[in-house]
Amino acid sequence: MNLTSIKTIYLFEMDRTRRTLTQSIASPVLSTALYFVVFGSAIGSRIDNIDGVSYGAFIVPGLIMLSVLQQSISNASFGIYFPKFTGTIYELLSAPISYVEIVIGFVGAAATKSLILGLLILLTAFCFVDLQIQSPFLMLLFLVLTATTFSLFGFIIGIWADGFEKLQIIPLLVVTPLAFLGGSFYSIKMLPPFWQKVSMLNPVVYLISGFRWSFFGEGDVSLGVSLVMVAVFLAVCLFVVRWIFKSGYKLKP
Amino acid sequence: MQNVVEIEGVNKIYEGGFQALHDVNLNIRKGEIFALLGPNGAGKTTLIGSICGITDATSGSIRICGHDNRKEFRKARAKLGLVPQELTTNAFESVNATVKFSRGVFGKPANQELIDQILTDLSLIDKKNNPMMTLSGGMKRRVMIAKALSHEPEVLFLDEPTAGVDVELRKDMWRLVHKLRENGVTIILTTHYIEEAEEMADRVGVITGGKLLVVEEKQALMQKMGKKQMILTLERDLDEIPERLKKYNLEQRGCELIFNYDVKDNSKGVQELVRDLNEANIQFHDLSTKQSSLEEIFVEMVKGS
Repeated sequence: MNLTSIKTIYLFEMDRTRRTLTQSIASPVLSTALYFVVFGSAIGSRIDNIDGVSYGAFIVPGLIMLSVLQQSISNASFGIYFPKFTGTIYELLSAPISYVEIVIGFVGAAATKSLILGLLILLTAFCFVDLQIQSPFLMLLFLVLTATTFSLFGFIIGIWADGFEKLQIIPLLVVTPLAFLGGSFYSIKMLPPFWQKVSMLNPVVYLISGFRWSFFGEGDVSLGVSLVMVAVFLAVCLFVVRWIFKSGYKLKP
Repeated sequence: MQNVVEIEGVNKIYEGGFQALHDVNLNIRKGEIFALLGPNGAGKTTLIGSICGITDATSGSIRICGHDNRKEFRKARAKLGLVPQELTTNAFESVNATVKFSRGVFGKPANQELIDQILTDLSLIDKKNNPMMTLSGGMKRRVMIAKALSHEPEVLFLDEPTAGVDVELRKDMWRLVHKLRENGVTIILTTHYIEEAEEMADRVGVITGGKLLVVEEKQALMQKMGKKQMILTLERDLDEIPERLKKYNLEQRGCELIFNYDVKDNSKGVQELVRDLNEANIQFHDLSTKQSSLEEIFVEMVKGS
């Protein structure tokens, strides 16, 4: 394992975040704070408690997940798409490094950024709602797993995309609807039975449910199922990334 | 002499079925400057890309300092430096950051002193902290070279290093290449400026349509393929070439008489011709000689293929 190369890619990517601090951190934190104000304080006070949790506190895990999902994908996809777009990818392809090292560097940086963002949103949440975390360790585990998995997913999108439009299309048309319908703002149990079943096909449901479990000890599905689903999605992403580098798909002409 | 790059039977067929390289065999010797000449689309960049890992050859083997470039890619690629044809840079990074990145990504420990030295050699040191996007095209080209040199390669590939570069920078580049060679770096450059190959290369390879037509010492190639001409400007037109001069390979263009002779023969025929001209009472008032350049040889070879 070439640690110097991994560190170089990781720090280079992290440096990009420092340069684009407003876009990378400040704007997602601000938009989530607005959600807390509107849904948590203004509208939330008129909504009943869900499973004994106030609505303001109930949406915190969902909102964090929503941002972490979106930012992981956007950070990682842009991180690898940009060198492809500018042509500087030649350097990565000609360097004495394996694809595993490239992936650790890029995905590691993207996941770190999302993790920082998730924690910042959590801190913001404490300013608006009364919140207690039942299993902080589990909460962190879910955050790390989700950030890593979706950064890998973003990395795949970044390699697949051959234009800025394609870069946006999956996050906008697939991930955002899945995240909104995955129980960010409501409990799946509130839906009619048919839609509850349909919702079970949405992988984001398991992420949000597991994450919510770590906060309140309650979720839409059991904790074990949530963990297994995250692990399955992580494995699928790892498999696809491995295939991309082995076949040179969209990387090597 | 030790070979640093050994290419055997390399073919490259792109996805659409286009064959960019046809059974290329080539050895690059340690410490030489090798020029790969060819028209646009000849396969020069594909060949370099296949060596450096930008693309994978469809078949054949490529070894760098004895290491297979796919099975032992770490050892093989660690020896290489590549300056691609296109100016691909991160617009927002500083010159120093982008050069440092190259060194790091090749797994070399940070060495700011070395990077400063490279930037000084390439007259970039005063631009060290400038973002890449503020640099001129020529300056960006230098940064590309600095990036490749930052990880101390043993073999340096320069893909069209002077394309779109002004005369002064081109001369600078040539000086740099010679200096690198003095330090033991093997240099492989592609170019379609024959002047460049003529000025710098020890050996020349001509590639066209993905086939390597010839690989030869530059001087030997020029001798073997080159023509020498002596042009005599006559006092008056000849109606026809006299019988006794027909044994010479002569052409007549108005009042110019052109004698084509072999470079290897040197001036053997020249003396005799002048004597025979005197005896035939043909007067001339001017005489010049011309030797074909590498360019003419190249054009002829590519046309012939």
